[in-house]
Amino acid sequence: MFHSRRLKIGGMRELYAVMAFVERQFNLCKRYLGWEIVFLFYTVINTLTIAFIAVGMQKQGHAINPDYVFYLVIGALMWGFLGIIFHEISNSITWERWEGTIEQTFMAPIQRLTHLGGVCSFAVLYGLLRTIIVLVAITCFFGMGLPKANYAGAFLILGAASLSFVGLGLMAAILPLLSPEKGSQATHIMEGVLLLVSGIYYPVTALPEWLQGFAVISPATYALDGVRKALLEGATVSELLPTAAILVLMSLVFIPLGLGIFHLAETYAKRAGLLKRNG
Amino acid sequence: MFAIECHEVSKSFSDGFWWSKNRKVLKAVDKVSFQVAKGEVFGLLGTNGSGKSTLIRMLSTLLLPDSGTIRIMGLNIAEHPMAVREQINRVSVEAAFFKKLSAWENLSYSARLYGIHPGRNRERIAEILKRLGLPENKLDESIEDMSRGMQQKVAIARALIAVPPVLLLDEPTTGLDPVSKREVRSFIKEVRQDHATSILLTTHDMQEAEDLCDRIAVMSDGRLVQVGTLDTLRNLVLKPAEDKNTLGLEEIFFRLTGKSIYEEGMSHVS
Ligand SMILES: Nc1ncnc2c1ncn2[C@@H]1O[C@H](COP(=O)(O)OP(=O)(O)OP(=O)(O)O)[C@@H](O)[C@H]1O
Ligand SMILES: [Mg+2]
Repeated sequence: MFHSRRLKIGGMRELYAVMAFVERQFNLCKRYLGWEIVFLFYTVINTLTIAFIAVGMQKQGHAINPDYVFYLVIGALMWGFLGIIFHEISNSITWERWEGTIEQTFMAPIQRLTHLGGVCSFAVLYGLLRTIIVLVAITCFFGMGLPKANYAGAFLILGAASLSFVGLGLMAAILPLLSPEKGSQATHIMEGVLLLVSGIYYPVTALPEWLQGFAVISPATYALDGVRKALLEGATVSELLPTAAILVLMSLVFIPLGLGIFHLAETYAKRAGLLKRNG
Repeated sequence: MFAIECHEVSKSFSDGFWWSKNRKVLKAVDKVSFQVAKGEVFGLLGTNGSGKSTLIRMLSTLLLPDSGTIRIMGLNIAEHPMAVREQINRVSVEAAFFKKLSAWENLSYSARLYGIHPGRNRERIAEILKRLGLPENKLDESIEDMSRGMQQKVAIARALIAVPPVLLLDEPTTGLDPVSKREVRSFIKEVRQDHATSILLTTHDMQEAEDLCDRIAVMSDGRLVQVGTLDTLRNLVLKPAEDKNTLGLEEIFFRLTGKSIYEEGMSHVS
């Protein structure tokens, strides 16, 4: 009656499945295009508010570096980028838990790495796109660009940082796996800690010494440092390579760790019967 | 080799934390053993809460059994979950979809997961849906705009895109109107005929079970009470001087379990 041409199990097949997730997330995004625009607008406003902290300080007579506006803007953008990756990954799980499709996804013959890799690829692409739009909007608003900026260098750092962020995102994604009601909100806690220690709006040296230790193990610290050097000081790619290398090394720890933790959570969920919604 | 083989499979659920005094442990599936031959349609009957869906979830690798072994097409599910997933698909009572996406978007997502190019197979997928009584122009409608029955048909099509050798159908016709039920039923027969698909089916519709199943297993409170062909089961409970032909499955079920098939399962809590 009918037959199907199925790809054999293997690399091609997994790549194909990555596409399934990217396409699915893209379709979902498209369905909420209106809301996407609303949230993008909100992000621009939010970033502007933070930029005006610097402008306000200048107006109050504090002698500050004129770069300070963009120092804060870069912090806000990076914070936003990290947040998007986190939320896209954990929301993809929350969403499937609500819809009940998680059982369908989990019983498909694909590796978890492929599943999460697909979701993460979309998250990174989507995060980059949004970050660029906001950056362009902000530069237009202030009518000034970043004269020294080395964009290639900034992308190098962002790319390397994405990998570690994905690792952290995978750890955050276990929360909605265990509780669709509360798990998603709980990912904010992880983000909050990163916000505190990574020097997003202030140099890490502003922190008490015992907290600075945490900054060392946060990939966001290196990402911010690298992107600021690239955009504000025009650091060359070769000058940025050590920072990129640290980020890649961190991802070599965080991604396997994230996958491992996710695997444990999945096994627990399958033992305790948490995946079922009804029926 | 059997299509499905369960040996002493058990699963309990507990509520509350392990240190809590009034924590209840519920035996949802209790030492269940049975085999389904290749190409067989095997019916699983039981009242609400008797453990049918729990059993199917374990067969689908979605739930880990507490004890016992399960083999699908000869593959031990605990050792080769990925190879098993390649062999199966499931239709659940509640058709789960990305409700905001169209039927086509949902189906092409699923197709890709099974290594099937959705674009190149669109005609074939539309053909399956047509066989189930869903016109092609519905394909691009969003799932949330579809009736429950239509959603269920899309779910059945989804399970069949990859033509799995083993199909797990958990109440596939619940909530469908009589015409749709008939369409689904004849489709199941057709699939089985053309592809020698082995099918495990649960249903509360006795007529459907009689019509489709080669053998029937009766479950009650997590335990398998009897397994056999309709005739075997009938002979087991037939009273002296009773006419065989007047004894329907509903009554057989009642005599085997002491419950009506429509009854809410007693909680078997320890
Ligand atoms: N994930 C779970 N967590 C806790 N309890 C569960 C879970 N899944 C099933 N149960 C319990 O196990 C028992 C068997 O449920 P199951 O869904 O397998 O029954 P069923 O035979 O499919 O019933 P129905 O005919 O209503 O679909 C029920 O008491 C149910 O509440
Ligand atoms: Mg059920």
